[in-house]
Amino acid sequence: MENRGIVVIGAGPTGLAAAVKLRRLGAEDVLVIERENETGGILRQCIHDGFGLERFGKSISGPEYAALLKSEAEELDIECLTGTSVLEISKDRTITAASPSGVVEIHAEAIIAAAGCRERSRGSIMIPGERPAGVYTAGTAQAYMNLYNRMPGRNAVILGSGDIGLIMARRLTLEGAKVSAVFELQDHPNGLERNIVQCLDDYSIPLYLSHTVTEIHGKDRIEGVTVSAVDGNLKPIEGTEKYYPCDTLILSVGLIPDNTILENAGVEIDPVTNGAVVDEHLMTSVPGIFSAGNMLHVHDLADFASAEAEAAAENAFLYASGKLDTGRNLSVVPGEGVSHTVPGRITGHGPFTVSLRVRKKERGKTVEVRQGGKILGYRFFPLVIPSQMISVDAEAAAGCENVEVIVR
Amino acid sequence: MKKIYTCIICPRSCELEADILPDGQVSVSGNGCPRGAEWIRNELSDPKRTIASSVLVEGGEKEIVSVRLSSPVPLRMIFPIMDEIRKVSVTAPVSIGDIIIRDVLSSGADVIATSSVLAKKE
Ligand SMILES: Cc1cc2nc3c(=O)[nH]c(=O)nc-3n(C[C@H](O)[C@H](O)[C@H](O)COP(=O)(O)OP(=O)(O)OC[C@H]3O[C@@H](n4cnc5c(N)ncnc54)[C@H](O)[C@@H]3O)c2cc1C
Ligand code: SF4
Repeated sequence: MENRGIVVIGAGPTGLAAAVKLRRLGAEDVLVIERENETGGILRQCIHDGFGLERFGKSISGPEYAALLKSEAEELDIECLTGTSVLEISKDRTITAASPSGVVEIHAEAIIAAAGCRERSRGSIMIPGERPAGVYTAGTAQAYMNLYNRMPGRNAVILGSGDIGLIMARRLTLEGAKVSAVFELQDHPNGLERNIVQCLDDYSIPLYLSHTVTEIHGKDRIEGVTVSAVDGNLKPIEGTEKYYPCDTLILSVGLIPDNTILENAGVEIDPVTNGAVVDEHLMTSVPGIFSAGNMLHVHDLADFASAEAEAAAENAFLYASGKLDTGRNLSVVPGEGVSHTVPGRITGHGPFTVSLRVRKKERGKTVEVRQGGKILGYRFFPLVIPSQMISVDAEAAAGCENVEVIVR
Repeated sequence: MKKIYTCIICPRSCELEADILPDGQVSVSGNGCPRGAEWIRNELSDPKRTIASSVLVEGGEKEIVSVRLSSPVPLRMIFPIMDEIRKVSVTAPVSIGDIIIRDVLSSGADVIATSSVLAKKE
């Protein structure tokens, strides 16, 4: 077993930004472990632009953002074990990983878990019918096209209005395929407004809200789908079925953190986000294990994931030097209009920031962080949308009453 | 014809209602400031966009290299530009930022590489 300083799991925009920050803070022993042979994470396949406005002050593509982070990491001589997959973490912070040279065991003073998230797939939405080829998640279709130069099909239907699906609708159209329509179960789109306009409206691709795929047709290869309108309880309405021929069905039904490795370490998981429950230092319920980026909760922007990574790095550095303030335990509970918050607990005595998602689209709302009758922080938003993560700064909590976050 | 847009210029995110009159004029309401009206008029008359795609690489460690436009071009030029992108191929090595097509179709934008591809080792 090897003894190391701070180990970062995952070399996406979160992991790389965390490692860079740790080095800049003066941490001497920083190790990054990455499953793929290259760093960059999901950014490597996101070739459209719209990344980097916050961190680099310009709008660039995913691969460019990854390359800039990589060169920052190289300048700081950060050690990165690529092609190495973390299999297990124990409560005492021993990491077991499969590397090209065999299984390695590493004990860390602190761990930052930044292994990203996965896509919800057909299994998690349960469409009845055959299981023919030609059904892909949007991210898989994106990897096919952007990394391996393979066209998923010629005539596609997209289920779900997540950003990856919208971006793929445009990419397929530009490459000469036909995209008949995008269907969204909810009554509001899931992706960013900008992507609806620039990926669908620009190419006259219709978006049907409150619709879902109720059956998949075809034996070896998909031949078409049946689509139905749904009612207020998201149940298909009989008599509204319509058949759409297609050779490809792309699922863009959401991203979800995959926290099996943290769960096995005994980390408490939030059932709403499927990420770890963390305190305001982004530390999980297991001391010395931190989490950030898409592994903690799904981020819309790589820049925000990188910024969160820096906060985790600062706190992991404090923890490793025995200086992290974790004297107490208050809960942060999502109240009226709020679907989830990060952090879920407060353990220190200083000011903190709450990131959250709201339940529904509303105009002219104030998000308040309250404790008992006292307002610890608030922020006014001209517009709040569930698809956009927002944040509010709060002053230190006092006493031992729980903290509540509400939209009003 | 009336259409609703959410202004993307500043965080106030005003809901703009654009009314396209029969003579082609656009009347805008709901905008909190003149910038919103100007944005929506451009958006309706000549919207500008950037796109990303990929280009074939010969002799490289990878088959393709990702590319994008260096600056936005009128939306109507996107498909003609895609045709140009499809026509070219490059020889490895390719470095991030390399210009693949300069001033494509005189649009003022270059097609640039957004990743690097090393030459294949013999
Ligand atoms: C299609 C799409 C479009 C997007 N568009 C934009 C945009 O326009 N602008 C923008 O700013 N953001 C955009 N985003 C969001 C942004 O890409 C993400 O927020 C960001 O990539 C999250 O970074 P991450 O490092 O947390 O996760 P990831 O990038 O997923 O990185 C996680 C890394 O961990 C590694 N890993 C996983 N498991 C293990 C393990 N067991 N052991 C070792 N390593 C492991 C993975 O291989 C990966 O490299 C988009 C995302 C997607 C998917
Ligand atoms: S109309 Fe003006 S104030 Fe309103 S969102 Fe646009 S730029 Fe901002």
